[in-house]
Amino acid sequence: MDKIELTIDNKTVEVSKGTTILEAAKTIGVHIPTLCHMKLHDMGIENKPGGCRVCVVEVEGRRNLAPACVTEALNGMKINTHSMRVVNARRTVTELIISDHPYECLTCAKAGNCELQQLAQDLGIREIHYEGEKSVYREDTSPAIIRDLDKCIMCRRCEMMCNEVQTVGVLSAINRGFQAVVSPPFEQNLDHSVCTYCGQCVAVCPTGALTEVDHTPAVIRALSDPSKTVIVQTAPAVRAALGEAFGLEPGTLVTGKMAAALRRLGFDFVFDTDFAADLTIMEEGTELLGRLSRHLEGDETVKLPILTSCCPAWVNFFEHQFPDLKDIPSSAKSPQQMFGAIAKTYFADKQKIDRKELVVVSIMPCVAKKYECSREEFSVDGNPDVDYALTTRELAALIKLANIDFHVLPDEEFDHPLGESTGAGVIFGATGGVIEAAVRTAYELYTKKSLPRLDFEELRGMEGIREATIDFDGLPIKIGIAHGLGNARKLLEDIQSGKSQFHAIEIMSCPGGCIGGGGQPYHRSNSSILKKRQMAIYSEDKMKILRKSHENPYIIKLYEEFLGKPMSEKAHHLLHTNYFDRSTIFEQED
Amino acid sequence: MPKVKLSEYATNTVKEVCASFNNSEGELINVLHQVQQKLGYLPAEVQELVAKELNMSAAKVYGVVTFYSFFTMVPQGENPISICMGTACYVRGAEQVLDEFKRQLKIEVGETTTDGKFSLSALRCVGACGLAPVVMVGEKVHGRVAPTDVRKIISECKDGCLT
Repeated sequence: MDKIELTIDNKTVEVSKGTTILEAAKTIGVHIPTLCHMKLHDMGIENKPGGCRVCVVEVEGRRNLAPACVTEALNGMKINTHSMRVVNARRTVTELIISDHPYECLTCAKAGNCELQQLAQDLGIREIHYEGEKSVYREDTSPAIIRDLDKCIMCRRCEMMCNEVQTVGVLSAINRGFQAVVSPPFEQNLDHSVCTYCGQCVAVCPTGALTEVDHTPAVIRALSDPSKTVIVQTAPAVRAALGEAFGLEPGTLVTGKMAAALRRLGFDFVFDTDFAADLTIMEEGTELLGRLSRHLEGDETVKLPILTSCCPAWVNFFEHQFPDLKDIPSSAKSPQQMFGAIAKTYFADKQKIDRKELVVVSIMPCVAKKYECSREEFSVDGNPDVDYALTTRELAALIKLANIDFHVLPDEEFDHPLGESTGAGVIFGATGGVIEAAVRTAYELYTKKSLPRLDFEELRGMEGIREATIDFDGLPIKIGIAHGLGNARKLLEDIQSGKSQFHAIEIMSCPGGCIGGGGQPYHRSNSSILKKRQMAIYSEDKMKILRKSHENPYIIKLYEEFLGKPMSEKAHHLLHTNYFDRSTIFEQED
Repeated sequence: MPKVKLSEYATNTVKEVCASFNNSEGELINVLHQVQQKLGYLPAEVQELVAKELNMSAAKVYGVVTFYSFFTMVPQGENPISICMGTACYVRGAEQVLDEFKRQLKIEVGETTTDGKFSLSALRCVGACGLAPVVMVGEKVHGRVAPTDVRKIISECKDGCLT
């Protein structure tokens, strides 16, 4: 590629043609502050409306300051990123943004993680010279996400994630000038829109305008109630990211410390969603093989490909936007809900307690899980299978609240029986992991032979859409994988048009899978963090002695003692669900 | 939001307009222009259908409709009255004329009278600055309007001069 040479802060820098000033500066260690700009490298995700003007720099010979994030670096340019004029302009625009922002930093949910707060600190802003009217907008609370638009700075990152990456199309800037806000169509509330609650808007919001619904007060109340038995399950992706909230290097596995912390928080039993992930594989894998053998026998009514159904945002997505495909996804509930269903029947019976005395809390990398556990079909007589879903961030806050020094905690184990899992359960946390876990089990159940290898590198990676063919002892099984709902849409459209033919497809809503979930510690546009979490997940899988779901001794016992066999009537009743056509949002208006 | 079932006419109109622009997302503003011209306004259901036909999100369509003051989600009156608030008209007293229309019709800008006869909007420069201040009723242009002319303009409409 063509190279160009320019000077930034008196240093010469050579970059490829087409590089922005912002990127060029980064290569020589000059970090120009930004606010609206965000970029996840190698994932094709970038927001650069050039709107906030915080990244302005002085270009010699130009009359106006140039926004570094959208200005292309040109040969021979002489750039100053911190001249008096630049710093003054940068402070002025920041002050103007703050002048229309509530001064609630002490009590804001985003305090300490707010990029506007950080910017004000970095620029040394001690006083706001501008006073005037502030824009106000009603607060919107849904089962999972809270919109507090008084704190919105119109960076439009959420809009980019919602429309371009996820193609959900709920959020858009509306009105103009001072009245402009980001809103669902016709200013409806989120729970009256086609929002999937994937939470990617929350993950990228620089301020407290978009946050998750806080379940921690309810969990603290349950933990303080002696009449309740409170148990907890932790999703696979949490252990690969929780450490970041305590300053540990991204990718540090904290499985043992997390179990110890949960025990110290007062949970009566510390269990693992990975156990339920193994259970999911038993059910989903059996369902896949059932559909596959009927298909091979020439049954034309059978629906293929089978689509995974672990991801609640993905379930919302196809219920809203692809209702004609609602018979294709596996009927298996997600691991979170399978866990809840088993906990409040099998485990409650073992403990001889009523399901109403048992509180099930889940720790999830996800915002949509809050909505999922509130879905009506996942409760019995008004008592939900999973009572509360905390995000990884909320768990970190809870640990800090309980004065626990995370760093000195010993590594502890999960409790039995719902805490035992295999490596297959762990990899559910990364894109490609669910289908790899399913392949490990389905292969052995189908061929009745032992797998020659356990690592399916062809299913792993960070590419948005991946395809692979796995040889089931002579039978080629075609597998598709998509992460990010925009990629899922592409795959679905190819299926609808008959362009693609797969036997099985895994879909996760968030970029990178659950490790990049909307409830994880903020990645601050650093995609290397996602890759490190992914590596952590696969390394935990490698460390496990058992790496195939059907070899989990507690799963085998669960079927022997309680469920019978996969897809049995009891398993159907407890572990499977059905989906609804929710394609017309206006019909909810009655 | 009240639920409106689109008539067959409205549905067909939207589909035809979208098709005439090759259902291209880039033609959104032109599509909205023509649809509003034909249907009088752009209710939520119309925007939903436009979004579907152009294969884009309803949120984006609504974003454009609320950005440009020309687009309206309120049905226009039989006699849509627009007062030019461009610089020339403004300095020659357009605001007083507008106030008089508001007072007599008992509606604000962007609203329609309950009998559906009149709606009021303010617009920017119709290119007839020599006639400032300018009032348009439908396609008819009234020039050099004074507040005292307002009653006459309204009663002319009531007599059915506008078709």
